[in-house]
Amino acid sequence: MLNLDGLEMIAVLVVMGLFIKVLEQFGLFEPVGGEDSIEDDFELSTVCHRPEGLDKLQEQSKFTKKELQVLYRGFKNECPSGVVNEETFKLIYSQFFPQGDSSTYAHFLFEAFDTNKNGSVSFEDFVAGLNIILRGSINDRLNWAFNLYDLNKDGCITKEEMLDIMKSIYDMMGNYTYPCMQDDAPREHVENFFQKMDRNKDGVVTIDEFIESCQKDENIMQSMQLFENVI
Amino acid sequence: MAAGVAAWLPFARAAAIGWMPVANCPMPVAPRDHSKRQDELIILNVSGRRFQTWRTTLDRYPDTLLGSSEKEFFYNEEAKEYFFDRDPEAFRSVLNFYRTGKLHYPRAECIQAYDEELSFFGIIPEIIGDCCYEEYKDRKRENAERLQDDQEDKKDFKPPNMTFRETIWRAFENPHTSTMALVFYYVTGFFIAISVLTNVVETVPCGSTSQKDISCGQRYTVAFFCMDTACVMIFTVEYLLRLFAAPSRYLFMRSVMSIIDVVAIFPYYIGLVMTDNEDVSGAFVTLRVFRVFRIFKFSRHSQGLRILGYTLKSCASELGFLLFSLTMAIIIFATVMFYAEKGSSSTKFTSIPASFWYTIVTMTTLGYGDMVPKTIAGKIFGSICSLSGVLVIALPVPVIVSNFSRIYHQNQRADKRRAQKVQKARLARIRIAKKGSSNAYLQTKRNGLLNELLDLTASEEEQQHLNKTKSLLESQHHHLLHCLEKTTGHDFVDEQLFEQNCLEGALQPYRSRTPSTSSLEGMTGTCCSRRTKRSVPLPIANAPASHAHPLALTHTLPKSPGLQELSAINIQCAEKQIHSSSRSNLNMQTNEVDRRNCKQQKVTTAIISIQTANTGSPAEDGGHGLPNRGASVVTTTSSNIIKVSAL
Repeated sequence: MLNLDGLEMIAVLVVMGLFIKVLEQFGLFEPVGGEDSIEDDFELSTVCHRPEGLDKLQEQSKFTKKELQVLYRGFKNECPSGVVNEETFKLIYSQFFPQGDSSTYAHFLFEAFDTNKNGSVSFEDFVAGLNIILRGSINDRLNWAFNLYDLNKDGCITKEEMLDIMKSIYDMMGNYTYPCMQDDAPREHVENFFQKMDRNKDGVVTIDEFIESCQKDENIMQSMQLFENVI
Repeated sequence: MAAGVAAWLPFARAAAIGWMPVANCPMPVAPRDHSKRQDELIILNVSGRRFQTWRTTLDRYPDTLLGSSEKEFFYNEEAKEYFFDRDPEAFRSVLNFYRTGKLHYPRAECIQAYDEELSFFGIIPEIIGDCCYEEYKDRKRENAERLQDDQEDKKDFKPPNMTFRETIWRAFENPHTSTMALVFYYVTGFFIAISVLTNVVETVPCGSTSQKDISCGQRYTVAFFCMDTACVMIFTVEYLLRLFAAPSRYLFMRSVMSIIDVVAIFPYYIGLVMTDNEDVSGAFVTLRVFRVFRIFKFSRHSQGLRILGYTLKSCASELGFLLFSLTMAIIIFATVMFYAEKGSSSTKFTSIPASFWYTIVTMTTLGYGDMVPKTIAGKIFGSICSLSGVLVIALPVPVIVSNFSRIYHQNQRADKRRAQKVQKARLARIRIAKKGSSNAYLQTKRNGLLNELLDLTASEEEQQHLNKTKSLLESQHHHLLHCLEKTTGHDFVDEQLFEQNCLEGALQPYRSRTPSTSSLEGMTGTCCSRRTKRSVPLPIANAPASHAHPLALTHTLPKSPGLQELSAINIQCAEKQIHSSSRSNLNMQTNEVDRRNCKQQKVTTAIISIQTANTGSPAEDGGHGLPNRGASVVTTTSSNIIKVSAL
């Protein structure tokens, strides 16, 4: 046989490799593991979702027809496929807060809107959420806010969860603030919050404690009125 | 804010509910939407094509025309729509910008038209989306280059009053502007060729003495030295002249051409300075090599060379990539070949750098054959090397070629335009078009004057005959020009008249004012035709018709009974009859008395021509003065210029 050294061996292997490639071009040689590649092309990138009829939505929510129309037009414009995924959600929300980083808070919001936990917010979810916030009673709104804060949806807010929320809110401010943002500002704020909200001082805030404390606070009650005229 | 997210603002505000419970201080009051306008459809009528959109769509970009209150200027009350007299095709992309938040550039659209549309609607082109931005920039660049070519064409127009220095610089830059420059251009070209030829011939062996071939340079040393000296002198003179004439000496000295010039003539001077010293003769020989750079001076003479240089400069990145990839491949293959051939005996591949030579020669498919691999592995890798060499070199070349082609075609276009015929025809047509409008004005003036004459002589038929129907626009335009005439005290005349006047003006004995160069080429300037009074400025006479100009009124008091020519009727007979009269005089009866005093001394400014009678004697009152003049005016048919003072 051929007396080949190492380098010659490599040379021969290279030649064989090139030969195989040439055969592939002629279609005479199907490479192994090629089946997957075909199907990748057919991946359906567009998942179209159509919401329920306008009338049905109108029944379910307290918005007027015109308001729903305006909402849907804006929704569809930004998400032609009919659903918002988290990335788009974050992108849209970040347009309103150019200075800071709103992605964490947007993530929490997304979790709150995505009631059926399927990773995307459809128009119904959207309307349902807005319905509560903008047209619901004060208690509904507080409930919704509690739901937002309760990251693991276990019925109570721990200090860590609150800290995450607080940090995400403070992140939205960005670096350029007056007075300068201290590093422990979120933590301090959380302490204040718990002092106010945690009645039995057990380290967590339950829904009842939350609603009760909010109802006692004038500022919070007043601020809840703000949402009457958003749309 | 981007388009669609404006619609999400309610959502963002709703999401603020998460902040409320944690807030420590009360929230500010929310703004109330007092104009609780329901979202309505707006109709945008663009040249007949109706576009409809929601009002809120347009409100997304409040700093554009459609988004701000500026569009109210275009509101059409009767049709309850906004009408824009613009191109509907371009408007499509404008409106799509509002709808989608992305501005696209339609490829079929002319770049300038598109830019104008964008600036009309207040949209900055920089927000064109990434998908279309490349195309837009390319087109814009091409357009700018084309405009630059146009500018360079215009540079040929010689501005008056250039200093000596500027003249020389212009002569250097555009040799075809003057004969001297052209001569100098060809002379320098000739000498460059001679110099290069000399350098080449210098090394040719001619004749041999004592078993050694002697080059011509060594044989005819004196002759070659004289030739060299002559060339270098010319080059030095040229360089110094350029240096002197350059508008910015520092920039000139930094430019490539001047560096080439310096490098071309330097060796000679260094050679003069240095003696035939053995130590430095090596360096001396090296310096002679630099003489070959004289050939680059040809790039001033050759358009093609300049294009080539420009192309290479603009393709710098592609060339850099080519070089880099070649280097990589060379190193790889040289290493492989070296180790492949290491085993074989008496191999030429003694080291990796020695293999570089083989690799380069193979990759560029030269294949000298001075180094060949002998082992099988070496041959295999050598063939792979040559195949890949072809590929690596072939890839960046089309980019360079397309760049060159684009630049070359642009220059061809510029040359074609510069070709006399096309340019002249184009300019002639433009000039004719311009003349048309100014001739219309002059014609109107004459008609107007004649109309007035005929008014007084009450000749209806002729009046109607001369009364050409004029559009309102035209008559307003003419009125405007007339006002200008009155203001400046000069009249619009024809080019020929202007030329004649200037010629004849030289013969005028009472010339008190030099003819000023008119701003319009030959159109204004009865400077020659109007004799100026020494002290009284001309606006006296030129009170606009039927408007008592306060300026004129103040000046009507004669300052001196001297040569106070208040107006002149300037008539050129033959094909063009031009009258410039101050019709105001006809109307301003009050001033007649004053002026009448002066008319005795008034000197008519007829230059060479026939002096019609009764120019000096006005009639009893100014109103009737005109018919006399008018009569004289009308009847003169001489082809000379007649100036009649209209007092």
